[in-house]
Amino acid sequence: MSYFARLYKPRMSVFWWMSRPTYLMFVLRELSSVFVAWFIVYLLLFARAVGQGPEQYQRFLDWAASPWLIALNIVAFLFVVYHAITFANLTPQAMVVKLRGRTVPGPLMAASVYVGWLVVSAILAWLVVG
Amino acid sequence: MAGNKKTIEPFLWLGFSGGGVVAALTLPVLLFLLGIAIPLGWIAAPDYAHLAAVLRHPLTRLGVVVIAAMSLIHAAHRLRFTLHDGLKLGKYDAVIATVCYGAALAGAALAAYIMFAVV
Repeated sequence: MSYFARLYKPRMSVFWWMSRPTYLMFVLRELSSVFVAWFIVYLLLFARAVGQGPEQYQRFLDWAASPWLIALNIVAFLFVVYHAITFANLTPQAMVVKLRGRTVPGPLMAASVYVGWLVVSAILAWLVVG
Repeated sequence: MAGNKKTIEPFLWLGFSGGGVVAALTLPVLLFLLGIAIPLGWIAAPDYAHLAAVLRHPLTRLGVVVIAAMSLIHAAHRLRFTLHDGLKLGKYDAVIATVCYGAALAGAALAAYIMFAVV
């Protein structure tokens, strides 16, 4: 690194991501990680409650119905869905699939990811609700 | 960045990406049902016996541990770079990375304990 390059220290605000909507969307997607981690905690609390018996399960249900928790989970849901949608839309760029020597078009790739998402969701919903 | 230096980074990115896929496919529906629809009464709370039977199936135990572990690794990696870029805390990367991945591994271990010893 040259002498002048070492002297050059670009100044960047901590709030650089507020300057453009795309930057903001990027940081919001990054923040989805916090809500992913939160939901894993919630999921494990649920599993533990069921493991401890019917009374604990009922207690979990009562706790889960508290307004602040529902509000938190609605926000978390929006972030997790945002993560899922950007992931699905990114797939055609991350993965190029060839079928009989021809490249599968991007929109078709994204569509198949959405179908897969739907199938997995249906199976999980069936497992939970019965 | 050193050119040919061997680092663990590619594997962390692999975990991030794999965990992102798992989280995207499985978390929205689970969060909607367990966190919103059932607490609000849109859907009747599942019968206890049914849930206990589902959760005690070996594949469910394993599945929940995989979902938890991979989602947490994904989240840890993303949070590390959020702090790195978003809040410009790059110089503390060693500490941040240790705390993030350490928490993810602890969470994964806890998930295994809950699913195989408590449930």
